Amino acid sequence: MIILFYLFSAILLAFALGTVISTNLIHSALLMMGSFFAVAGLYLLLQADYLAMVQILVYVGAIAILLVFGVMLTRKGSIEESNLPNRYKTIGLVTALGLFGLLARSITYTRFPSPPLESPPQNIIAIAQAFLLQYIVAFEALGILLLIAILGAILIGKEPK
Amino acid sequence: MTQFLFNFLALLHITGIIADVIVILCYFVFILLFIIINVMFIVWLERRMSAFFQERLGPNRVGPFGLLQSVVDAVKLLGKEVIRPTATDKWVFLLAPAICFVPALLLYPILPFGKGLVLVNLNIGLLYFVAISSTTTISIIMAGWGSNNKYSLLGGMRTVAQMISYEIPLIFSMIGIIMLVGSLNLVDIVNAQARLWFIHVQPLAFMIFLIASIAELNRAPFDLPEAEQELVAGYHTEYSGMQFAFFYLAEYANLFSLSILGVTLFLGGYQGPFFPSWIWFIGKVYAMIMVYMWIRWTLPRIRMDKMMKLNWKFLIPLSLFNILATGFMIKAWPTIQQWMR
Amino acid sequence: MIGLSHYLLVAAALFCIGVYSVITKKNAIAVLMGIEFMLNAININLVAFNHFMAPSQVIGQVFAIFIIGVAAAEVSLGLAIILSLYRQRHLVAIDEMDILKW
Repeated sequence: MIILFYLFSAILLAFALGTVISTNLIHSALLMMGSFFAVAGLYLLLQADYLAMVQILVYVGAIAILLVFGVMLTRKGSIEESNLPNRYKTIGLVTALGLFGLLARSITYTRFPSPPLESPPQNIIAIAQAFLLQYIVAFEALGILLLIAILGAILIGKEPK
Repeated sequence: MTQFLFNFLALLHITGIIADVIVILCYFVFILLFIIINVMFIVWLERRMSAFFQERLGPNRVGPFGLLQSVVDAVKLLGKEVIRPTATDKWVFLLAPAICFVPALLLYPILPFGKGLVLVNLNIGLLYFVAISSTTTISIIMAGWGSNNKYSLLGGMRTVAQMISYEIPLIFSMIGIIMLVGSLNLVDIVNAQARLWFIHVQPLAFMIFLIASIAELNRAPFDLPEAEQELVAGYHTEYSGMQFAFFYLAEYANLFSLSILGVTLFLGGYQGPFFPSWIWFIGKVYAMIMVYMWIRWTLPRIRMDKMMKLNWKFLIPLSLFNILATGFMIKAWPTIQQWMR
Repeated sequence: MIGLSHYLLVAAALFCIGVYSVITKKNAIAVLMGIEFMLNAININLVAFNHFMAPSQVIGQVFAIFIIGVAAAEVSLGLAIILSLYRQRHLVAIDEMDILKW
């Protein structure tokens, strides 16, 4: 468990850093897929197996592929230099590091209460019940949102006549 | 079998995490051998079947009925030089064939091959299958991009567009069955078909599954990604030798695993009278593969825009209707039964 | 023993990588990638809190699934906007998209 946690975290952070550092946008997108796999691994360690599968299905199988597709359709100039930083590089670095310092300090100094570890309920059934009984309105709203997003994407992305 | 392996290792004074690793490696080798032997056979079968459909003879010289032809071809491919064109994106190009084989391999442990013959009985097996098989597109887009060749890129982008689109009806066609069984566990799904195969309850879903899985496998009439007359060979134009063999192997491994899934979901899995369960299973799977081959060598390729139209304007609404009808019937069936009485 | 704070630290690091990407990247698609990292970090947090604080419930996972759904909608719309901008003005860098009305 401990080895797996460090392995997945290391892969996740290394791939995410690679995504940001690489100047080739295609390499960035492919590295990002690897980091999404590592996130799915972390979900598995947290006993969220359903969520891990959804992560692979939606993030790796759809969103990341869609981003690669977008990169390929919007090529301009050399692909080797398609992912350059803008003039706010130092500001961004300082902000990100400062934010991380702040978050890390608050996380390490907080005493989280540790309730007794109970065995989790049967995962899929509990999630289904939460979706279709407790949060049914939000669930329907999400469905409508996705429908609107599909229609909007078609409308915006359509070839102008 | 797992227990036997652990006992054997304990005999050699190997326990703990090392034993786990060795057992996992054994699984890996076992699955790999299983896939390779079956793929060899399927390739031979496909060549013989295509010859049959076109009134030729097909490979019939090496071994009995030409059975060893695939083995000879594989050895020939292994011996060939691996060529990397200079303008390629080096790591993407080299990694694509290796990565394309990973999802194909990961699919097999959860599939039930017979009564009690399943390596990992996963509770969310169907979802696992769908999720892992959706990652096949990564390697194809990598191959298409890394080759730095317009035919490869076109083929790769076509493949990805096609596979993402046809995944939707493929998954929707399974939802009816999930609603009937109330479980994502593949063994549960097989056991629920002890009396009635789901193809009788969900004929529409089976048709959608068949069409969508042909598109997922990039086989004719949906083989636009590698349309030889337009795109040379699609995303694996630039690959040679061993790397090409990997793509070929993964393609047929995916054909095999999707046939297994189709049999598990719609044709009663390993259920059947008289014979042992695994004989029924293998027989059904090969019958399903024969259907795929029959379709491939009978129908001509259709145009890209027509294929997309078929998916978005016909298959997806139809599969949504199927889900609605299934839900309605599940609720209404008890009432109808009361009326009948 | 791996506790809640370990997961939170990993998620915080991922979030900051996302922030860096959003602030410093020229290409609009790279900015979208940064947003995806931030959303993933939030999901890890939710699931970790769920696992360590209320293991008998699945609320954190349900919220994470909602976020994944919204992220899918966001990416599809964002990419559609980027594609249409590229098609009409031949732009991919955000700092060149500086006029609201053409």
